[in-house]
Amino acid sequence: MSGARGRDAEELADGHTTASREEARRSRRLSLRLLGSLLHPVRRTAWATVALVVLAQAAQVAGPALVAFGLDHGLPALKDGDAGPITVTTLCYALIAVLGGTLTASVVRVSARVSQAVLLDLRRRVFRHTQLLSLEFHERYTSGRVISRQTSDLDAFRELLDGGVTTLATSVLTMVFTAVSLTLLDWRSGMVLLVAVLPGILLTRHFQVRSQEQYRRSRTASARLIVRFVETMTGIRAVHGFRREAQESHRYAVLAEDYRATSNAAIRLHGRFDTGLTLIGNLTVAVVLLVGGLRVLDGDLTVGALAGAVLYARRFFTPLGQIGMFYNSFQAAVAALEKLSALLAEEPSVPAPLEPVRLPSPRGDVRFEGVEFGYGTGPSVLPRLDLDLPAGRTVALVGETGAGKSTVAKLLARFYDVRGGRVLLDGVDLRDLDPEDLRRAVVMVTQEAYLFSGSVAANIALGRPGATRDEIEAAARAVGVDGFVRSLPAGYDTLVDKRGVRLSAGQRQLVSFARAFLADPALLVLDEATSSLDVPGERLVQEGLHTLLAGRGAVVIAHRLSTVMGADRVLVIEGGRVVEDGSPATLVAAGGRFADLHAEWRASLR
Amino acid sequence: MPFDPGGATSTRPVPRRVGSLVSRLRPWLRPVLPRLVLGGVGSLGASLLALAVPQVLRAVVNGPLADQGEVGAVVAAALLVALLGALEAFLVWSRRALIASPGTTAEREMRTDLFDHLLDLPGTFHDRWSGGQLLSRSMSDLSMLRRWMVFGLVMLVVSASTVLVGVALMLATSWQLGLVYLCGAVPVVWLGFRFRQDYTVVARRARDQAGDLATTVEESVHGIRVLKAFGRGEDALEEFAQQAEDLRGTEITKARTLSRVTFALGTLPEVVLATCLGLGVVLAARGTLSVGDLVAFFATAAVVNAPVERLGHLLAMTMDARAAADRYFEVMDTRSELADPSAPLPVPPAPTGGSRVELDGVHLRFAGQAPGSRDVLDGVDLVIEPGETLALVGLTGSGKSTLLGLVPRLGDVTAGSVRIDGVDVRDLPRAAVRAMVSIAFEDPVLFSAPVSENVLLGVRGLDEAAAEERAREALEIASADFVAELPEGMRTVIGEEGLSLSGGQRQRVALARAIAARPRVLVLDDPLSALDVATEAVVTARLRSALRGTTTLVVAHRPSTVALADRVAVLEDGRITGIGRHTDLLANHAHYRYVLTAQPGQAQGAQDRAR
Repeated sequence: MSGARGRDAEELADGHTTASREEARRSRRLSLRLLGSLLHPVRRTAWATVALVVLAQAAQVAGPALVAFGLDHGLPALKDGDAGPITVTTLCYALIAVLGGTLTASVVRVSARVSQAVLLDLRRRVFRHTQLLSLEFHERYTSGRVISRQTSDLDAFRELLDGGVTTLATSVLTMVFTAVSLTLLDWRSGMVLLVAVLPGILLTRHFQVRSQEQYRRSRTASARLIVRFVETMTGIRAVHGFRREAQESHRYAVLAEDYRATSNAAIRLHGRFDTGLTLIGNLTVAVVLLVGGLRVLDGDLTVGALAGAVLYARRFFTPLGQIGMFYNSFQAAVAALEKLSALLAEEPSVPAPLEPVRLPSPRGDVRFEGVEFGYGTGPSVLPRLDLDLPAGRTVALVGETGAGKSTVAKLLARFYDVRGGRVLLDGVDLRDLDPEDLRRAVVMVTQEAYLFSGSVAANIALGRPGATRDEIEAAARAVGVDGFVRSLPAGYDTLVDKRGVRLSAGQRQLVSFARAFLADPALLVLDEATSSLDVPGERLVQEGLHTLLAGRGAVVIAHRLSTVMGADRVLVIEGGRVVEDGSPATLVAAGGRFADLHAEWRASLR
Repeated sequence: MPFDPGGATSTRPVPRRVGSLVSRLRPWLRPVLPRLVLGGVGSLGASLLALAVPQVLRAVVNGPLADQGEVGAVVAAALLVALLGALEAFLVWSRRALIASPGTTAEREMRTDLFDHLLDLPGTFHDRWSGGQLLSRSMSDLSMLRRWMVFGLVMLVVSASTVLVGVALMLATSWQLGLVYLCGAVPVVWLGFRFRQDYTVVARRARDQAGDLATTVEESVHGIRVLKAFGRGEDALEEFAQQAEDLRGTEITKARTLSRVTFALGTLPEVVLATCLGLGVVLAARGTLSVGDLVAFFATAAVVNAPVERLGHLLAMTMDARAAADRYFEVMDTRSELADPSAPLPVPPAPTGGSRVELDGVHLRFAGQAPGSRDVLDGVDLVIEPGETLALVGLTGSGKSTLLGLVPRLGDVTAGSVRIDGVDVRDLPRAAVRAMVSIAFEDPVLFSAPVSENVLLGVRGLDEAAAEERAREALEIASADFVAELPEGMRTVIGEEGLSLSGGQRQRVALARAIAARPRVLVLDDPLSALDVATEAVVTARLRSALRGTTTLVVAHRPSTVALADRVAVLEDGRITGIGRHTDLLANHAHYRYVLTAQPGQAQGAQDRAR
């Protein structure tokens, strides 16, 4: 649902942006290169598909010619007592029918193999690439767009590969072969077709242009309708609470009417196209009959050939209808491919080191040396920060929203890279450190405590894949969530997604603590890990937190003073600088900002 | 109109009668019936005209062409064919022109009827149903039904008639050839129908797998911080690749199913025609059949082939429509548990000193609750005195929000009663209750509209200037100063299609919305939870003076929110176990102390409950 909503909302927003010519050329080049690299590994099968399509269509158009041959040669021969020609014709017809069917069926299979291989390749590439891209990218690009790249855009591309390309190829080939066969049968009738195809092409072209506009309009109309529907249903309590039923109903009815009007126009447009093709086809049959009939009278043409010509003429225009339909899916796929290739062209802003330094047994000493940092091209958040955090201590960062506490945490976990200065772990610049060793040494737990769909055990095991069930349970026991997990319907195997149970924020946070405990890092970074909990909820995780922090270094960012008071050292941050530094007791005694916060907190307990 | 085998599909393939489907849809079909029938007749006419052309061909081949007849006769025949062709094209056009508008109108009516029905259904219904399920009913199921009504149903009749007439003509031309054709046509219809049924199963599996893949994608994006923090990108990729590989396997199976039917439907009719050619030539050689008959036969077969192939699809489409209708009516047949009373009492006059809210022996039990478990609200007795602000405190999940929703009648009690100024809220129309009571939710829902419109949601009957003044005032009380700094101030569009606000900002707009309505009773569900301490203090101070005289019930999690209230009530185990002033409760009520400060009180017992 959220995916669909994001997509539709994006569609509405996309309508307002226009790319310059230069950008358009660049994105076309990118998407062509992507397409080339996707097709390269399957080029043999792709060519085989092309060959199969040609053969299959050749077999399909043989029918009317064989009817003509049977009437003109088989019939007179049989009248003369020779059953040979008609037997051969009939058998040939049957054989070609079977052959044509077989070939068409294999086109379906082989083309599916090609398109599925290409899709799998593309899916993997996009997924891997989005995982590689830094958080900065994800925050800028927004999750909704990343998701619609990987779902709806890939779908648009899939539709083209699945049906579109082969339909187009078969339709064009059918028309070409039909025209060639008819010309071979009787070139004058072929000429009639050649003349008739002109208005057919003009009509198709006209339809394509109109239907593209139409398609865009109906997409916008349906996106509006969907967004309104979703928004109203999501906010149904507010609609009820503020008696907005009538207004919402009216707003929706207006959009529903817009959507109806566009569907109506689309149906009428298709109707005109259908009518035009039927008319052109029927008139062509009449002209072929006229031209052929007159020539039969003159003795220049056999009756069988005339019958064959009429049958060919009747068939000729049907594929044009499918070509007309193809265009919209083609347009959608081109747009999707352009967006996908642009995503794949994004460079990770936190690159892996070329010569990684290994750190097999990290201690957890952290130093910030003259660190300067800001998000994207924005202003500096940390103007110049020097910090020395020796291993094994719990350090709390305190300060107002926007002071730069979370930034320190994110730099520590190398979610971002510094603009100036450097961040060192055990004396190694994070940018040179082997990413795997960094992830083993430093683990960050955030406020959201995200759980993936799957069992509780699998969610804990994320901390260390390959951990045994005993190790997982031991981790859960250590942070005090074991009892709760066992009380779930299926214990550790209980699913925690939409189909399973819903955990409260506190319970989710405990599971994520178990995950971090299992990972057993030298340094733990907790970014507001307890602030989404109510007071008893926080109390619940407090003890787990205590076990988790024991024997390792930790950087803790917290709103709640109850969490902060247990730290070895407190840093008060303001405007990206450390303004107070010392043990909680010292700072309270010193009477500064921290002492004020402490006093407020005490007062609220009274 | 293209077929979409992957479209709406049936959960239970119940081949019930077409008639029952039509009767169910009657309210929407009736107004469009004349044009529908007319369109069908036109469509049938087009088919019959197409069938007439081969008869002309026969006459030409047997007449003027066979015996070196006149040029004029050939020209006349060609003209007749042209005329029939033009007429057919006209009828093809008129079918769409006649049917398009009634079809989309019926679809729109069904869609807005569904929407209105959903607006009427209570919150408990919406808790049970995901938005996605409702959306697919409103979009894909209804579009499926429309396609069936104007295309499927009409074409079913037209195709069947065309095939019947065509086969009759073929039989009349030569019963032997007609019989051979019929032998081929029956399995084609059957195969087409069966294929759609088989294909539906694989297509559903593919769609489910694609859905799971999309879920994995969503989680990998939403959980990117966790994956990065633990360096688990590669593991996630492996899992994703495995799922994508499974999907590929299913898609290949789907292609195999499709290729089998492609083979059958591509081969069978052509083999039949080959047989007919051999047999026909033999018959012609014997003189029982003329060359013209033979030409007419093949031309007729060319016309009839398409509807024969279509019949199977149309039958399967009818099944899909049946399933779509079942899903639609599943929602439409749900009656609202919160009905307006048949004989509503008059709204009590507003007392000058403020309204009194009484909860009397209130019980509430959810539909899906395990038997034997305690009611969520297990006998709540609570009186909020006129003009008083009462805070409600309890653990997460203790039923505070549920209790709050009873006052504006967003839900109904299972037993007991909720009275405002002495009148049971169930004896008043819902709109009247909600005009008296205004609510702010903890998770504020704002709409894609200007800030001012969001704030004025519950305000009625003010002119533009007065409304703007009211909105400004409410925003000020809620300390929503940031609104002034938005690009277009109060006129800035926010929400899904506009500017996105932070949680704290949204909460303040929602609070302003509740205040702006100037209700008799204000109900606030932890309205300041997303604000930082400093902002909260400002809002609390302004709110306290603004609320003077308005009866207010506020859910609180933090001591700072409790500071708003004159009295505090503690909700514990579904009952009110304590009521009084904050300091008294803090001193004497162990559970209250535990909830607000986490100081040991009944810590152990409470912790067990929290789990």
